[in-house]
Amino acid sequence: MKEKIIEKILMLLAFSAIGALLLMAIFIFKEGMPIIFKVGLKNFLFSAHWAPTKGYFGIFSMIVSSLFVTIGALIIGVPLSLACAITLTEFVHRRLMRILKPTIELLAGIPSVVYGFLGVVLLVPLIRDYLGGPGLSLLASSIILAIMVLPTITSISIDAILAVPYTYKEGSLALGATHWQTIHMVILKAARSGIITAIILGMGRAIGETMAVIMVAGNALKIPTSPLDPVRPLTSNIALEMGYAAGDHRAALFATGIVLFVFIMIFNVSANIITKRWQRE
Amino acid sequence: MSEKIVVKDFNFYYSNHKVLSDLNLTVKANSILGIMGPAKSGKTTLLRVLNRLCDLIPNIHVDGEVFLDGENILLPDLNVDKLRTKVGMVFDKPVPLPRSIFENLAYSPRIHGMKDKRKLEELVEKSLKLAILWDEVKDRLHEPATKLSGGQQQRLCIARTLAMEPEVILLDEPTYGLDPISTLKIEQALQVLKKNYTIVLVSNNTWQVARISDNVAFLLMGELIEYGSASEIFTVPKDKRTNDYISGRFG
Amino acid sequence: MATRINPEFVQRAVKIQLFGLTGFTIGILFFIICFISIKGLPQISFEFLTSNPVDMGRSGGVFATIVSTIYLIFVALVIAIPLGIGAAIYLTEYTRESWVTHIIRFGTECLAGIPSIILGLFGFAFFVMALRLGWSILSGGMTMSIMLLPTIIRTSEEAIKAVAYELREVSFSLGVTKWQTVTKVVLPAALPGIVTGIVLSIGRCIGETAVVIFTAGSSLRLPGSFFDSGRTMAVHFYILAREGISMPNAYGTAAILTLSILIINLGAYYIMRQFLKKM
Repeated sequence: MKEKIIEKILMLLAFSAIGALLLMAIFIFKEGMPIIFKVGLKNFLFSAHWAPTKGYFGIFSMIVSSLFVTIGALIIGVPLSLACAITLTEFVHRRLMRILKPTIELLAGIPSVVYGFLGVVLLVPLIRDYLGGPGLSLLASSIILAIMVLPTITSISIDAILAVPYTYKEGSLALGATHWQTIHMVILKAARSGIITAIILGMGRAIGETMAVIMVAGNALKIPTSPLDPVRPLTSNIALEMGYAAGDHRAALFATGIVLFVFIMIFNVSANIITKRWQRE
Repeated sequence: MSEKIVVKDFNFYYSNHKVLSDLNLTVKANSILGIMGPAKSGKTTLLRVLNRLCDLIPNIHVDGEVFLDGENILLPDLNVDKLRTKVGMVFDKPVPLPRSIFENLAYSPRIHGMKDKRKLEELVEKSLKLAILWDEVKDRLHEPATKLSGGQQQRLCIARTLAMEPEVILLDEPTYGLDPISTLKIEQALQVLKKNYTIVLVSNNTWQVARISDNVAFLLMGELIEYGSASEIFTVPKDKRTNDYISGRFG
Repeated sequence: MATRINPEFVQRAVKIQLFGLTGFTIGILFFIICFISIKGLPQISFEFLTSNPVDMGRSGGVFATIVSTIYLIFVALVIAIPLGIGAAIYLTEYTRESWVTHIIRFGTECLAGIPSIILGLFGFAFFVMALRLGWSILSGGMTMSIMLLPTIIRTSEEAIKAVAYELREVSFSLGVTKWQTVTKVVLPAALPGIVTGIVLSIGRCIGETAVVIFTAGSSLRLPGSFFDSGRTMAVHFYILAREGISMPNAYGTAAILTLSILIINLGAYYIMRQFLKKM
C-alpha cells in the first residue's frame, strides 16, 4: 500500500518539469498576448518602429538583430568548434582528448557576465581602434557568442564523431583514402545528424543569450547594415527595459519573450527530431 | 515426506511465446530437486516463478497453479516480498552488495525488523557456518564483501539467503565458473542444508545433479520430459531423450 | 590533363589548420582565466570577502553578495534536488519507456533549452507579482530551481541507470520492496553521479544573472530572511561593470565568480572520475 503511494508521489515529481514548462508558457502568454492582439501580430513582428512611450511596438529590427548576431556567431563558431572536434577525435591521443574535452567544456562554466565584461574591456576597444565604429557592435556580439557556444557545439560534435562505427574509418582507409579524405568524406557524413543537432542547440543558446550580448551589442534600435553597427537583439531589449516598463510597455516586453520562446521551441523540437533520427541510425 | 511445492498444469508465456508448457511436478520437503536440461529449456524461468521474481519481466502471462505448502503463490494479491523471504534464491553469478560481509547478511533481516545487535550477530554466524564460510571470514566480518574470492562470494550469497531463515532455497547454476574446491564446499553445504530446508537446484552440469539431487526433473524446450528419483533417472531413464542428454549426445 | 592537388599535401595543410584552430580555442580559455586572475586576484583579500559593499560598491567588500548568493543557492537546491531526483527515480525504476516517459523527457529537454531571460520573465510574472512574493531570495531561488531541474534530472537518471541491474534483482530476491531497494541499494550506489549533477548546478547558480536580477532584485543590504531582496555576486558584478562604478572591485568580483565556478566544475569532474573508477 505504502509502495503505491510512493509511486504516485514520484510520478507527480516527475511531471514537475513539464508542469513548470506549461506554467511558464501560460504566464508569459498571459502577460504578453493582450498587446499582440492590441497592436496586431503582423505589426508587432514586422514593424521596425519601437517607441513604447508613444505606443509603437514593432520588434522587427530586434528580430533581425538577433538573427544576424546568431548567424554571425555560427559563422565564427562552427568552423572553430568543428576544427576542435575533428582534431580531438581524429588527430589526438584518446587520453589527451579525455583531458581536453572537459577543458573546453569548462569554457561553458564561465558566467556570461564575465564574457560580456571581457568583451567590453578587451574586444570592443580592439574593434573600435582597428575596424572603426563605436566598437559596441554586431561583430563584437557575434564573436563573444561564438566563444560561448563553442563548448556546446564542440562537445556534442565530438560525441557524434565518436559514435561513428570504427569500421567506416577502417573501410575507407583500406581503400587507400588519406586520413583527411576519410574524415571529410566518410566520418563527417556519418556524423552529420549529430553535428547538425549540435549546431541547432548552439543556435538556441546564442539566440537566448542575454547578459554578455547586452554589454557589447551597443543597443541601438536600427536594423544593422554593417557588422560594425550597434544592435539591439530581442534579449537585450527585454533585459534593458524591463526594469522600468509598465502597462502596455511591460506587456510588449513579455510579448517579445513569447517570440523568443517560440523561436527556441522551434530549435528545440528540430534538434529533438534530428537527435531521434541520429540515434536510430 | 510431504510435498513442499506443487506445480500444476503450469504454462508460462513471454510475449506470446510459450516458454514452459503443461508443467506438473512436485518438490518434496527437505530434499534436493535437481532441474537439468540444455540451454533455453526454461529451467531458470521455472526457478524464477517459484519466488515470483518473474514479476520483474515485462510482458509475461501465466496459467496454472503453483502451490507452496498448499497456498497458490501465483495469486496477484500475494505478498511477494514475504514470499521471497520464505523462498530464497542464489544466482548464477555471485552478487555481493557493496557493503561489508556482515552488512550483506544483515541486510534482509534488518529491513524486516530485526534490530537486536546480538541476535543479528548470532544469525550472521549461524548462516556463515551453514554456508561453510565462517572460518574464512570470522575475523574480517566488517571488511567489504567485494574483497572475497569468487567462490567465497558465492558462499556469502548462500549465507545471505540463509540469514532470511527461509524454508526453500533456490539455486540457479550456483557453482558456474567456480573453482573445484568452492564447488565441493557448496555441494557439501547443500547436503547438510537439505535436512532443514527444501532445495531446488538448476544446473547444466549433469554430474553435479547426479551427485547431490534426491529427485531430478529433466526439462527440454519448456516441457517436463521425465521426473523421478536421481537413481532412477541416471540408471534407467524411461525416455530416450533423457538418455541422450545424460550420455552427452546433446546439450 | 587536369592537375590534382596531392591529397597528402592537403592532409598536411588541413592538419596544421586544425591544430592551429584548436590551439587557438584552448588558448582563449587559458587567456580568459589568466587575465581575470591577474587583474582580479590582487583585489581579493580577507577584508574584501568579509566586509559589505560601501557606497553602492565603490569601495568595501562583497560579503553581503556572498551571503545572498549562498541563500539563493540553498533555496534553489532545496526545491530542485527532491524534485529532480524523484523524477529521475520515477523514470528509471517505476516506469518502462512509454508515452508517459516520452512526455516527461520532452518537457525536461525543452525546459533545459529555455534561455535565462525568459525564466527571469516568468519568475517575475509568477513569483514576484502573481504570488506576491516580491523581489526576494525566495522568488529568485524558486525560479532558479526550475532552471536547475533538467540538469539534476538528467545526471541523476544517468547515475541511477548505471547501477548494475543485478544489485536490484538480489535485493528483490531478499524480500525487499522496490522503494527500500531504491533507497538502500540504488541511490547509495548512484550517489557520486547525483552529487556531480548537484555540484554542477551550484556552479550555474553562481554565474546566473538574468534570472536573478528580475526576481531577487539588487538590494545591497545583507538579507535578513528569504523574503528579503538580495544581490548575488553575479548581479553585483554586472552592475559594477555596467555602471563603471569601480573597476578594481569589478575585477575582484569577476575573479571570485570565475575561479569559484572553475573549482566547482573541476571538483565535479573529479568526483565523476572516482565514481567511474569504482565501477
